[in-house]
Amino acid sequence: MKLRTALLSAAAASVLAPMAIADGHEGERGRDGDVSIIYWQAPSILNPFLSGGTKDVESASMIVEPLARYNQDGELVAWLVDEVPTVENGGVSEDLTSITWKITPGIVWSDGTAFTSADVKFTADYCMDPNGGCAQVTKFEGVTSVEAVDDLTVTVTFDKPTPFPYGPFVGGESPILQAAQFANCMGAAASACSEENFNPVGTGPFKVVEFKPNDVITMEANENFRMEGKPAFASVTFKGGGDATAAGRAVMETGEFDYAWNLQLAPDVIAKMEEAGKGTPVAGFGPLVERIMLNQTNPSADLSADDRSVIRPHPFLGDPAVYKALSMAIDRPLLVEIGYGKAGKVTCNWVPAPAAFNSTSLSCDTQDIEGAKAMLEEAGWVDSNGNGTRDKDGVELQVLYQTSTNAVRQDFQALIKQWWSEIGVGTELRNIDASVFFGGDAASPDTFQKFYSDVEMYANTFNGTDPQSYLANGLCDKAPSPATQWQGENISRFCNEEFDALHKELTATAGLEARAEIGKRLNDIMVENGGMIPLVHRGRLSAHANSLGGVILNVWDSELWNVADWYRIDG
Amino acid sequence: MTDVVPDNAQTPMAAPRSQWLDVWDQFKTHKGAMIGLIIFLVIVLSVLLGPFLWIYDPTFIDIRARNQSPSWAHPMGTDQLGRDTFARMLAGGRVSLAVGMTAMALALVVGTLVGVVAGYFKRLDGPLMRLTDLFLALPLLPLLLVIIMLFRDKLSSMFGPEGGIFILMVTAIGVTSWMQTARIVRGDVLALKEREFVLAARSIGTSPRRMIARHVLPNVLSPIMVSATLGIANAIITESALSFLGLGFPPDFPTWGRLLFDSVDYLQQYPERVIWPGMAISLTVLSVNYMGDGLRDALDPRIRGR
Amino acid sequence: MFTFTIRRLILTIPTLLFISFVIFLIVKLSPSDPTGNLPLTIPSEVREQIREALGVNKPLIVQYFLWLKQFFWLEPLIYLENTTGWNLGTEGETRLISYQTRSPVMDLIMQRMPQTLMVVGTAYVVGILIALPIGIISAYRQYSVFDQAGTFISMIGFSVPPFFSGVLVIVVFSVIIPTDSFFWLPSIYDTTHEVVDWESFKYQFRQMIMPVMVLALQITAQISRFTRASMLDNLNQDYVRTARAKGLSESVTVMKHVVRNSMIPVVTVIALGIPSIFGGAIITEQVFKVNGLGQLLIIAIQGGDVPTVQTLTFIFAILIVLFNLVADILYGLLDPRIRYD
Repeated sequence: MKLRTALLSAAAASVLAPMAIADGHEGERGRDGDVSIIYWQAPSILNPFLSGGTKDVESASMIVEPLARYNQDGELVAWLVDEVPTVENGGVSEDLTSITWKITPGIVWSDGTAFTSADVKFTADYCMDPNGGCAQVTKFEGVTSVEAVDDLTVTVTFDKPTPFPYGPFVGGESPILQAAQFANCMGAAASACSEENFNPVGTGPFKVVEFKPNDVITMEANENFRMEGKPAFASVTFKGGGDATAAGRAVMETGEFDYAWNLQLAPDVIAKMEEAGKGTPVAGFGPLVERIMLNQTNPSADLSADDRSVIRPHPFLGDPAVYKALSMAIDRPLLVEIGYGKAGKVTCNWVPAPAAFNSTSLSCDTQDIEGAKAMLEEAGWVDSNGNGTRDKDGVELQVLYQTSTNAVRQDFQALIKQWWSEIGVGTELRNIDASVFFGGDAASPDTFQKFYSDVEMYANTFNGTDPQSYLANGLCDKAPSPATQWQGENISRFCNEEFDALHKELTATAGLEARAEIGKRLNDIMVENGGMIPLVHRGRLSAHANSLGGVILNVWDSELWNVADWYRIDG
Repeated sequence: MTDVVPDNAQTPMAAPRSQWLDVWDQFKTHKGAMIGLIIFLVIVLSVLLGPFLWIYDPTFIDIRARNQSPSWAHPMGTDQLGRDTFARMLAGGRVSLAVGMTAMALALVVGTLVGVVAGYFKRLDGPLMRLTDLFLALPLLPLLLVIIMLFRDKLSSMFGPEGGIFILMVTAIGVTSWMQTARIVRGDVLALKEREFVLAARSIGTSPRRMIARHVLPNVLSPIMVSATLGIANAIITESALSFLGLGFPPDFPTWGRLLFDSVDYLQQYPERVIWPGMAISLTVLSVNYMGDGLRDALDPRIRGR
Repeated sequence: MFTFTIRRLILTIPTLLFISFVIFLIVKLSPSDPTGNLPLTIPSEVREQIREALGVNKPLIVQYFLWLKQFFWLEPLIYLENTTGWNLGTEGETRLISYQTRSPVMDLIMQRMPQTLMVVGTAYVVGILIALPIGIISAYRQYSVFDQAGTFISMIGFSVPPFFSGVLVIVVFSVIIPTDSFFWLPSIYDTTHEVVDWESFKYQFRQMIMPVMVLALQITAQISRFTRASMLDNLNQDYVRTARAKGLSESVTVMKHVVRNSMIPVVTVIALGIPSIFGGAIITEQVFKVNGLGQLLIIAIQGGDVPTVQTLTFIFAILIVLFNLVADILYGLLDPRIRYD
């Protein structure tokens, strides 16, 4: 049944696409009326440089576009340029310090003016202005200059050899803004430009008619869009707000909407919605991993503010027997089944995707309570005082386990607490409002950076397909501490000389295979030395109405990356 | 002129017991109130004693038995992790009832006190009502975030993690829910104060304290009773909303509001799951409401004689 | 009464200033952060730069006075400029900007006002219109079938939270009832919908039915209970007997004398409720995606958007103070014996 629908839509696509080109007159654009999209988090701004939120980046991706994008397989594809520059085609210099983009001639902005290299250069200047508070400034890390060689050629120069030069102007987080529109919005003035931020001029298939922040965006087809006969839809209603259940219901049960984003719902709830027969869930996998971070420092409340979660070691989590036993006691397939269904896979790795970086040396898909018990027993952890938790030298195996508030995470907490109690580890649970937990407020004791608990659970990922900067989260000097106002990405405070040395090697290595080899080793060091317990490789689950064709779920870039190709299946 | 309780006035403190017996006799004749009282006692007793008698632990997960419909082994079925819903209802009731009752009591005491004092003493009216305005204006969520940030660790170390958060929740809900009662009571007292029987009592030199206790309070009882009834429901629901936002109890700690919230997603698959907590909350609120009605009638001397 | 009103209005200013400072302290101290909802892929140095650009790190008191100036001086001036077209020299001044949308908070509030007033306001009116007759009849016929049913329904209505009743009506009216049926109702409120003709009015009506009913249920429950209780207190008073004795018809006795004298607690509850119309209805708005002021507030709280939270809460505070004053004045009109002077 599914297969047939898939075949039919593929057939429809192959019939429609040539027709659009064959007919090729203006009347074809906008032939399918309105398409409605619902995001349960509402977009608050349409300038992705001023907000890194996924909802903002993805809604803006229908309007403003980058020079190159990732496709659904994580490969780079040329978007506003003729080809993706590489060393082979001469676009990237031999010494890996510069990259030259050649813009496709004839592209115009939605206001009819020409798209030139000056706009690209302006975008770089805009984001790199230190007073602007640009959320995507890491995309421009290491960039020393951006030169407009001629109207259609741009060269980006880096301060050192950069094996992966596809940071600036690639992917939904780094689109090109129009220089003419944003000229007065540089630096500190960025915030005052609400008109520009709400209604950016772009090269994408749609343009904004009305933007109501945190509510709804009305868009219409861009009549100056470079591809003839596209987009098929004349207008877009982009609604935000509510919750994932309601969004899923609106697409799959009531049929009021055509596309719903990121349905983090229990698998049986999704299955029930699908039964209604109005829509189909689709899943895709990026590198997102739900994991338990193990604190390498001592989080005891008896320590002073300067020492808590700063001084090493943790009273017991440094013992390989303990962290291995904690991991063995977990039934990962069950977690996947209960929490994520189609949108989850068992993983033992920190970096499970792209496939080249997925290490196969670890295995963890069977629960082994007895083995875990034996391991603790052997290491001398026994319940000597009969209180139900094991102890050794007066240290009790009692952990505080925190996470952000979210139904699935709370189920995981309850399950894992029970498994750990079976092997004699006591657990106290705590959940914290996500805006506080991820808020990074140095005054709050409850942020995930402060890590005032023994273990904590959350999910993390990286953009694009190269994990180098993500792997840097295991470097010793990235650990948060009072000296850095609790900033830093090394949440578990992992510290391993071999890891640091190997990561340095990675930064100087070119060639996918060699990089993947090092990446896998880094992954193994982190997991085997008890930096974290990976739990679930999470996918993105979205749903589209059965009458909406052309949807290709892409987790490496904006989900709405190919909205120009969407069309209505007659029915 | 018969607003004053006559037999009270004549036998001031001599036989207070007989007065309460009178009230009880009257209360007993109110059918709704008696049914309410019985249901309420059953609920309270079962949440207090139930966990000792019922075989399942509310946090015990039996993953093979998940999503079961009601059966003899699990009279209310099991949830998505295979926890026994009946055990969770019993455990959840303890928290919800305790939060509801305490918050209600706090709101009643503080609200009535502020309302009566502000209404009766003109000089205190301004400051107290401005204070009420302030509390009405405080945004509950940021306030809770601040309170939790400042006090959670201290209270946790003193009373344990659950005790600590319990005190926090009850105080927070109580502190932010007395204002309506205060405003309503004050409004009634303002009007009452000008009534003839109060003037009469004052003219014979009754002290303000006796005046409030004997003449004012009994006459503002009915709005207070309504506030109490509504207050319980409000506290239980506020607690569930806060738990959902991550500001409430630890996640493995069931409450009625939370059980209701968690099962809303399963409304179509397992409708019984929303019915249990929904029914428990409604029954509690209804029983308290009827008890309030009965008590009000019993305390009203004009009805008592009938 | 007039001098009382004037005195109270003047007293309102220091009260409100104090309230605004307390609110500001609470909002600032609360640990949510404007960068908290960003993906974890954005590193902490960048987050720090974002905070710096937003001015989050300035001293507390500086931020407070900046807010005072923007709220009490700049925004009214800009409003005046926009309505009259005069130039009052506000060019170049930074307005009160929301951290999340980087747009003026006042514009956001103005944008949200219509749907909130439309849905929550209608619900309030509907709620009062249903509640008053129920309360009055319930009290007049105490312990009749009508009273028992009214009590039962309103108490259940009050103890069922909107996150449940809202979803329940959606499942019934949007999911179970087929889309092409006459009884089908939209589950998602369209905030861009404009009423221009009869058809669009019908649609507006349909999309308002569910949120309005869910909200009105809560309001009805509350007000009808207070009306009933207060009526019961008054029905047994001597003046009622006197009125009946002197031959007044039953309807005049009840509607003119008893109802009027029973209104004091009801007026208090209604007056306390009106500001909450502007506060929006956080949960109901979320369930039906009405995206009004309530949703604006909750998103701002979650996003650590201090200017928005502060401004919304403060407007709410102004309304509370004003409507409580209105209630006080109404007391005097309802019962002329009440004097404040």
